[in-house]
Amino acid sequence: MDLTRRTILKTQAAAVAAAAAGVSVPAEAQNIPTGEDIKLQWSKAPCRFCGTGCGVMVGVKDGRVVATHGDMQAEVNRGLNCVKGYFLSKIMYGGDRLTQPLMRMKNGQFAKDGEFQPVSWDQAFDEMARQWKKVLKEKGPEAVGMFGSGQWTIWEGYAASKLMRAGFRTNNLDPNARHCMASAAVTFIRTFGMDEPMGCYDDFEHADAFVLWGSNMAEMHPILWTRITDRRLSHPHVRIATLSTYEHRTTDLSDTALIFKPNSDLAILNYIANYIIQNGAVNREFVERHCNFRLANTDIGYGLRPDNVLEQRAQHANDAQVSNPSSFEDYAKLMSQYTVEKASELSGVPKERLEALAKVYADPKVKVMSLWTMGFNQHVRGVWANHMVYNLHLLTGKISEPGNSPFSLTGQPSACGTAREVGTFSHRLPADMQVANPEHRKHAEEIWKLPHGLLPGKVGYHAVQQDRMLKDGKLNAYWIMCNNNLQTAPNTNNETYPGYRNPANFVVVSDPYPTVTAMAADMILPTAMWVEKEGAYGNAERRTHFWHQLVNAPGDARSDLWQLMEFSKRFTTDEVWTKEILDAQPEYRGKSLFDVLFANGEVNKFPLSEVDPAYENRESKVFGFYVQKGLFEEYAAFGRGHGHDLAPFDTYHQVRGLRWPVVNGQETLWRYREGLDPYVEKGSGVQFYGNPDKKANIMGAPYEPPAESPDAEYDMWLVTGRVLEHWHSGSMTLRVPELYKAFPGAVLFMHPDDAAKRGLRRGQEVRIVSRRGEIRSRVETRGRNKVPPGLVFVPFFDASQLINKVTLDATDPISKQTDFKKCAVKVVSAATADAGGQQ
Amino acid sequence: MKRGVFLFLVSIVPCLAAGAILAQDAPRLRGPEPFTREVPAPPMQRQITDDVRVGRNYPDQPPVIPHSIEGYAVDLNANKCMSCHARKFTEQSQAPMISVTHYQDRAGNTLGGLAPRRYVCVACHVPQTNAKPLVDNVFTDMDAITEPERQPARGRH
Repeated sequence: MDLTRRTILKTQAAAVAAAAAGVSVPAEAQNIPTGEDIKLQWSKAPCRFCGTGCGVMVGVKDGRVVATHGDMQAEVNRGLNCVKGYFLSKIMYGGDRLTQPLMRMKNGQFAKDGEFQPVSWDQAFDEMARQWKKVLKEKGPEAVGMFGSGQWTIWEGYAASKLMRAGFRTNNLDPNARHCMASAAVTFIRTFGMDEPMGCYDDFEHADAFVLWGSNMAEMHPILWTRITDRRLSHPHVRIATLSTYEHRTTDLSDTALIFKPNSDLAILNYIANYIIQNGAVNREFVERHCNFRLANTDIGYGLRPDNVLEQRAQHANDAQVSNPSSFEDYAKLMSQYTVEKASELSGVPKERLEALAKVYADPKVKVMSLWTMGFNQHVRGVWANHMVYNLHLLTGKISEPGNSPFSLTGQPSACGTAREVGTFSHRLPADMQVANPEHRKHAEEIWKLPHGLLPGKVGYHAVQQDRMLKDGKLNAYWIMCNNNLQTAPNTNNETYPGYRNPANFVVVSDPYPTVTAMAADMILPTAMWVEKEGAYGNAERRTHFWHQLVNAPGDARSDLWQLMEFSKRFTTDEVWTKEILDAQPEYRGKSLFDVLFANGEVNKFPLSEVDPAYENRESKVFGFYVQKGLFEEYAAFGRGHGHDLAPFDTYHQVRGLRWPVVNGQETLWRYREGLDPYVEKGSGVQFYGNPDKKANIMGAPYEPPAESPDAEYDMWLVTGRVLEHWHSGSMTLRVPELYKAFPGAVLFMHPDDAAKRGLRRGQEVRIVSRRGEIRSRVETRGRNKVPPGLVFVPFFDASQLINKVTLDATDPISKQTDFKKCAVKVVSAATADAGGQQ
Repeated sequence: MKRGVFLFLVSIVPCLAAGAILAQDAPRLRGPEPFTREVPAPPMQRQITDDVRVGRNYPDQPPVIPHSIEGYAVDLNANKCMSCHARKFTEQSQAPMISVTHYQDRAGNTLGGLAPRRYVCVACHVPQTNAKPLVDNVFTDMDAITEPERQPARGRH
C-alpha cells in the first residue's frame, strides 16, 4: 500500500471520525503504530564511547538497532546520555561498513604495491599466516607485533594477550590506551602498588570542591560533568576550580579558571605542596603511618629517538623510572623552592588564584576531588604530574574516603577493563602482574596450563616504539585492531606512515570502517562492533559491565575475538615454540595454538547450553563452547583472592556492572580504608596494600621544561584534543549525520589578537606548520574554546586535517605516553607564499 | 609507490560499498590519497537557523537545535537557553518547553524547576550546519520496519 500524504490525511480523518463516534477502526486505519505494535526488544549495554561507562538501553527490531536511550537503572548515568550516546543507534549503520576482507593484490596474489581486492576469510588468513610464519622463521618473535585497544572487550584483549605472549612468544603487544592513560596507570603502580582509583563516581555526591587538572569534562566526560554540576548547583558551598591552558565549556561553569602556560602545572602542584607544608596543614599522623617519601631521578629526557640531542643531553634518559628513598625533610626542602612567586611567574596564573586553590587542599574541612585526563597524562612529565597530585592528597590524608578522592578519568570504554586489568600493555600481565617478573610469568603459565619458561620476559615495544621499529624494518608482521593509529599517533608523516608502507612489513588492520589506518594497510579485515557481539568493558571507577550480542554484523564482518581465535588455528606449536620447550614437554607437540590457548580445558569448559537462548552468540556457535564465559572465568582466576576479585560471569549479565574487588557478592566503592574495603585489616585504619609495607609513596620531583617550546619562528603553542560531538578519530561519529552536521570539520581555535596580528579573519584558510609537517585548516576566533594569545587548539577527528602530521613524538620517558598537548607551530595564511612545504 | 597508491584509490571504491560515499570537498573519513598529500580545508559551514523542527530518529533522541546559539551563555550566572525554553517563557517565546524529564533529579524525584543535572543543554542538544553528510547512514526508523508501507518523506538535510 503506497500511502500519499493525501491518503494519510484521509485515514487520519477517518480515525478521528471513528473515535468521535466511539467505534474503533482496524489497525491499518490508525495513523500511528502504538507501543504494542512496535514491539522492540530492549536490552542493556554500556556506551561504546568514553571511559565514563554510561548504561544505555538498546531497542532492537527485526535484527536492527532502532533506538537507544540512557538506562534509568545504571548508577553511572541514571537515564542520561551525552549527544554521542544518544546517537549510538546509528554508529553501526554507516553506508561504507566493511563486509568482506580486502587484500592488496596483483595477478591474483598478494602484492604490497597491489590494489585492494575482496578475498575470502580463508584467503586472508592464509596470506596472513604465510607472512607471520615467514617473519617468525627469518627474524623471530620480536619482529611480530600487535597494536590493540582500550575499546577491545575484556575477552578480546585477553585472547590477544594469550595469542601474542604465549602463542607467538612476544610482548610486542600494546594498546592505543598507551596514548591515553599510560601515565596514570604507571603512577598508580609506583604510588600504591596497584592500578586504578581508590574512589569511585560516588565521590561526586560527597565532595565540597572539585579541582580539574587538564580536563575539559563538559565536553569529554559530559555525563560525569552532569554529576558535578548537579552537586555544584544544588549545594551552594561547593566550588569548582579548573586548571587548563585555555578556557572552554568547563571553565564556563567553574568558580575559578587557572589558565597556565603549558607544562607549568608541575610548578603549581609543587607550590601547593609547599603551601601545605609551610602552613602546618600536613596530616602528620596519616603521613607517618601510611606514607613513604621518595625522590625521582631528574633530567630524564623526552622519550624521543635515542639519537635526538635532547636525549643525549639528558642525564637520566635511560633510568628515568628510578627513584630513591628519601625523607619528609628532603621532600620539604625540594618543595620549598616553589614559592607562590615562582609558581606564578612560571605559570602566568595570578598569585591570589594560586593561593585560593592551595587553601582548598590545605583546609582539613574541605573534601576535595581532583580529576584529570589528557592534560596530565599526555604530558612529557605525565608520571610526575600524577605523582604530584597524589602527593597533595597524601600529605593531607584526603584520600580513600567519600569525597576525598584523587580521580584519574579515562578516555576509552575499557581502558581500565581491558588495557590495564587484562594487561595488554607491552610490560603487563593480568591483575597488575609484570612480564619482567619471573614469578608472575610462572603464575600466568600455570593458569594458562602452558609449559614453564614459555612466556618471554623482555618488555615489548610500546606504541611509539612500534611505529619507530616498523619504520626501521625491525617489526615486520603487524596487526592493528580496534584503533585508528595512523590518525592518532604523533608525527605520523615521519614516524608512522613510513612503517606501514615499508616493503619489509606486512600490516593488517581490523576495523568496521575504512579508516585512514585501514587505507594504508596491506590487508583489511571487516569487524563486528559493539552490540554485534557479546562484550564486557571496565570503566574508570573499576566497574565491570557486560552486554549480550543483540544484532548480527553485516556481511562477513566478524568480531575481533573470532578473528584472534580463528587465526590461532593456523599455527602449530612446532612452528612457533622452541625445540627446548617442546623437548622438555613433548605433550604440547603438534598441537595448534587454538588447542593450547583456547581448547585447554578451561576456556572451553562451559557448554553452549549455558548461553542465554534469548540472544545470538556467533563466536560460541562457531567454536562449540561458551567462549566469552570460558575466557572470562580463566582470566578472573588471576585476580580472585588478591584484591582484583571479579564476580561470577553470569552475575554481570544480570546487573548494571559491579566495581571490583567484588568480595562475598559485594562491590567495593572505596579501597584502602578500613570498613569500606574488605582487604584492609581491622585496626589499621588505612592500608595501601598494593605495596608490601602497605604504605603509599610520596614522590618528589621538580618542574622541568617541555621538549619543545615556541621560539621566534615557530611562535605558537599547539594543543590538540577532542570535541563533544566526535569521539577520538571520528570513525564512528563522523558517520552519524546529526553529529557530523553539528561539528563537520576541524578548525583552528585562535585568539582574535593573534589572528589580527597575522592579518587573518575568522573562516580564513591557514597553514599550521611545525618542524615535522603541516596541514591546512580554517581560523575560528569565536566558539566554545577561548584560547589565550600565543596558543592554538586543533581537534584531531578530521581525517582531512591530520593534525598529528604536525605533533611531536615526545613521550613521558617513564610511561612512554605521547605528549599531544604541546609543541611549537606557526600559523600562516594559506595564500602566503612563504608557507613552504607544499609539493 | 605513487602509482600503486593511485591505483589503490581508483580500485578501492568498488570494493567498499559502492556508492555509499557521497561526493565531498574533503577526505574527512579516510584521509588524503596518498596519506602524505596536503588537502585544502573547505570553507566553514553555515549554521541552520530556520527554526524548523527536525524529526527525531527515536523517542529518546534529544531534538537538534534549529537556530543559532552563538554567544549563548551557559555558566554559573545565566542559562540563555532557558530564557525561551523554561516553562514560564514558552508562551511568550513560542519555543518548545524543556521535556518533563528535565524536571527530574538523579533519584527520579520531580522538581519545580530545571534539574541541575540537566543544566548544560549543549551536552545533548546540538545545532546543525548545512554540511552534507559524508556517507549514507542506513539506520532504519522503527516505524519503517513496523509499517514500511506508510512512511512520510523524511525531513530535510
